[in-house]
Amino acid sequence: MRHLRLVKDDTSFDFFKHWKLWLGISGVMLMLAMVSFGVRGLNYGIDFMGGTTIRTESAQPVDVGAYRQAIDALGIGDSTISEVFDPSFGPEQNVAMVRIQAQDDEEAVTPETIAAVEAALQGVAPDIRFVSVESVGPKVSGELIQTAFLAVALAIGAVLVYIWLRFEWQFAVGAVLALVHDVLLTIGVFSEVGIRFDLSIIAALLTIVGYSLNDTVVVFDRVRENLIKYKKRPLKEVLNISINETLSRTIMTSLTTLLALFALFALGGDVIRGFVFAMIWGVFVGTYSSIFVASALLLWLGVKRDWSKPDAEAEANGTSKAKGPSAGASV
Amino acid sequence: MLQIDTWKRVLIWALVVAGLVLAAPNLFYSRVETHNDAVKAIETSGSTAELEAQAGQWPEWLPSDLVNLGLDLRGGAHLLAEVRVADVYQSRMEALWPDVRDALRGARDEVGTIRLQNSEPGTLRVRISNPDGMARALELVRALAQPVVSLTGAGATDLEVSGDGSDVVVQLSEAERQATDERTMRQSLEIIRRRIDEVGTREPTIQRQGSDRILIQVPGIGSATELKDIIGTTAQLTFQPVVSRTTNPNESAGSGNEVLPSLDEDGVYYVLEQAPVVTGEELVDSQPSFDQNGRPAVTFRFNPSGARKFGDYTAENIGSPFAIVLDDEVISAPVIQSHIAGGSGIITGNFSVEESTNLAVLLRAGALPAGLDFLEERTIGPELGQDSIDAGKLATGVAFAAVLIFMALTYGLFGIFANVALILNIGLIMGILSAIGATLTLPGIAGIVLTVGMAVDANVLIFERIREELKSARGPARAIELGYERALSAIIDANLTTIITAVILYVIGSGPVRGFAITLGLGIVTSVFTAIWVTRLLIVIWFERRRPRTLEI
Repeated sequence: MRHLRLVKDDTSFDFFKHWKLWLGISGVMLMLAMVSFGVRGLNYGIDFMGGTTIRTESAQPVDVGAYRQAIDALGIGDSTISEVFDPSFGPEQNVAMVRIQAQDDEEAVTPETIAAVEAALQGVAPDIRFVSVESVGPKVSGELIQTAFLAVALAIGAVLVYIWLRFEWQFAVGAVLALVHDVLLTIGVFSEVGIRFDLSIIAALLTIVGYSLNDTVVVFDRVRENLIKYKKRPLKEVLNISINETLSRTIMTSLTTLLALFALFALGGDVIRGFVFAMIWGVFVGTYSSIFVASALLLWLGVKRDWSKPDAEAEANGTSKAKGPSAGASV
Repeated sequence: MLQIDTWKRVLIWALVVAGLVLAAPNLFYSRVETHNDAVKAIETSGSTAELEAQAGQWPEWLPSDLVNLGLDLRGGAHLLAEVRVADVYQSRMEALWPDVRDALRGARDEVGTIRLQNSEPGTLRVRISNPDGMARALELVRALAQPVVSLTGAGATDLEVSGDGSDVVVQLSEAERQATDERTMRQSLEIIRRRIDEVGTREPTIQRQGSDRILIQVPGIGSATELKDIIGTTAQLTFQPVVSRTTNPNESAGSGNEVLPSLDEDGVYYVLEQAPVVTGEELVDSQPSFDQNGRPAVTFRFNPSGARKFGDYTAENIGSPFAIVLDDEVISAPVIQSHIAGGSGIITGNFSVEESTNLAVLLRAGALPAGLDFLEERTIGPELGQDSIDAGKLATGVAFAAVLIFMALTYGLFGIFANVALILNIGLIMGILSAIGATLTLPGIAGIVLTVGMAVDANVLIFERIREELKSARGPARAIELGYERALSAIIDANLTTIITAVILYVIGSGPVRGFAITLGLGIVTSVFTAIWVTRLLIVIWFERRRPRTLEI
C-alpha cells in the first residue's frame, strides 16, 4: 500500500537564498500591521471597553434600521447593531447583536438601561428573545486589558528563559522575535479586518504563541542536533538541512491542526468564529515565522559552533550517524 | 530491542482504563444527572419511590462525576461583585461613638464638653471644649482599643487615635482594616452562599477573586437581574433610638443623627440617632408569623449579648419611641411600653405573607456586612447554550474524522495506531475533567479540538523520525526504537513550552480563558502520554506478533 506523501522524502529547498529579503518582507508586514493598529485601532469587545451586548433572536427578519431607531430614541449614547449570519441557523432564527457603549463614570451597569433597550426592541419585534445579555463595567474592563497584555508578555518572557536554558541565547532571541512577529501580525489582521477583539482572542493569541513556538522548537531541536553532526559545514547549510529534514513533519502537523480548525470555523457556530479565525491565521504565520523569521534571525546572529563533547570528535565527518545529546548509546 | 516491561504495560493499560471509566458517565449525561440530583434529594429530604427510581437509572458502583458545563453551554447568570469593604469602617465608627462619649463624659472636668463633628467616612471626630485636656482625652479613647484579632496583625490594636487641634480623631488602624476586610469578605461569601442555597440551584460557583471581589455563577437561572435580587437585598436590620418625627426630609438632624423615611407612611420622616442599640447581626432566629390582629409579621430572637443590650435599653427608656429600621427605612417606631426582657420580639408592618416570609429568610441568613457593586453581569439563555453544544459536538466530530482519515492515509497501519491513541486521548481528557470537577466551556471545546490537531504532532514527529531512521538501512526494530528515542527531546521541548503558556493562561486568565487553559494543558499532558506510551505499546505488541522485515510507514 502506498501512503500519502505530502512532501517528498529528500527535499533540498534553499530556504535561505533570499533570507534578507524574507526578513525585509516580515519587517514591512510588521510596519503595515502597526500602521493599521495605529490608524484603525482594534474593535474592542465589551470585555475591554466596557458596555453591554445583547444578542437577540426573532422569527422575523432583522430590521437593523428599525432596531437602531428604537434604541436611538432612548438617548443612551453610542450603540451598534449588527445582524449575525451563520449556516447553522434555522429559517426562524434571525439573530442580531446590539452593543451599547458603557455609560459614563458608572462602575456597575444599570439594569434600567438594559430593561429600556429590551422594551424598545420588543416594540419593533414582539416575539424577540434576548438569548444573552452581557455587561462589563469600565472598571473591570480596564483591568482585563491590563492582565491580558501582561499574560501575553509573561508567556513570551517565560519562553525566552526556557529556550535560553535549553539552547543558546541566539535561539532564544530568534524564537522570541518570531513570536512577537506572530502576535503583532495577528493584532494587525484584527485591526484591519475589524473582527471583535475580546478576551477569547487573547486566549487565541497565547495559543498562537504556543503553536508557533512548538514549531520553532522542533526546527531548532534539529538544528542543534545537526550542528553537532555537521561541524564543518556553514551555518546556512546546516539550517537548510534541518528545515528540509523537518519539513514533512511541519507540513503534516500544520495540516492536521488546520483540518481541525477549519471544521470548527465552518461548524462551530458564530460565537467562537473570531477565536478560530485567529488560530487559523496563527498556524499560517507561526509556520512561516519558524523558518523565515526565527531561523533567518539565527543565521543573522550566528551561533556558537563548538557543541562537541570531546568524544564526539570522531563523528565529525558528517557521514556516520550523529550522537544526539540525548541519545547516548551508539549503534 | 523493542521491549516494554510487563509492569509498564499493566500501568499503561490501567491508566487508560481508569480514564475511560471516569469519562463514561458523560456519554449518558442526562441520565447520570438525574441520578445525581435524585441522590442529593434523598440525602437532604428523605426518599420517595419516584426519587429512588430516578436514582436507580445509573448504577451506584460506577463513577458518577460529570464534566460541569459552563454557563456558555448550559445557560445561566454570571456576576462579578465588588464588596464595599470601607462601608464596614464607617459602621464600626458609628458603633464606637457611644463608648467614646461615655469615656470622655467621665472625665468632663479635664476635657470639658464634647461634641461629635462631621467627618470623612470611616473616621470619628470629637471636639472637646478644653483643648488642654487633649492628652487625657487621647489616653481615655486609646484605652478603648482592643488587640487586633488576626495572624498578621498580632500585637497591634484596632484603633488609631490622634489629636487634631481641639479634635480627637479616631479611625481603624491599618492592621485592623486588613483584618476587618478579611472578615467582611468571608462573611459576604458565606451570606451570598446561604442565600443562593436557599433558592436551591444546581452547582453554583461562588468564589472570592482578588482582595475584594466575589464571582458568582449560577447555571440555569433566568437572568442576572434575578440573581441580583436574590443576593443583592441587604436586609440590614437595626434598632435605633428616635429623636423626633418630621415631614421635612431635609431636616437638619444634628451630628450623630440621621433622617430616614418611613416605609409605609408617605411623607413621614424620623430623626434617629445613628448609633444603633442592637443590630440584625445579633439575631439568632427569625420566623414569619402573625400579630395579634392576624396580620403577617416577623418574629425575631436575639443572642444573649443582643438580648441584654435590648433589655437594658428598653428598661431605661420606657415611654420614649424607638425605630425598627430595615435597609434605611423605618418599618415602625413603637413607643416602649415596658422593659422587654428575654430578647425576643415581633416586627409588624404592612407585610404580605410572602414579604414576611422573605424578610424572615433574609434576617436569618444575616445581612451583608457591606454593599455590593456589580462590575460585570452576564446572562446566557439556555437555548444559546444548547446551540453551542450542538455546534461544538458537530465540529469536534468532523475535526476528529478528518484528522483520523488523514493520519490513516499518511501513515497506514501506524496512522491507525496513532488514531487509537487519539481516541483514547479524548476519553482521558473527559475522564480527568470529570474527576477534578472542571468546567467545560465553549473555548474549552475549542481547546479540545486544538488538542486533536496538535496531539498528532508528537506521533508525527516520531513517525517522521522512524522514516528517516529507516533510510539509514537499519532493521525495523532499531528504527522504531531510535525514532522514539530521538524524537523525544523535540516532543518534550515543544510540549513544555505549550504547557508554560497554558499555566500562565490559567493563573492570569479568568472565565473563558481559564476554561481554555485547562483543556489545553490537560490535552497536552494526556496527548504526550498517549503518543509516547500508548502508541509505543501498540506498535510493540504488533511487532512482537508479526516480526515484519520491512516497515510500511
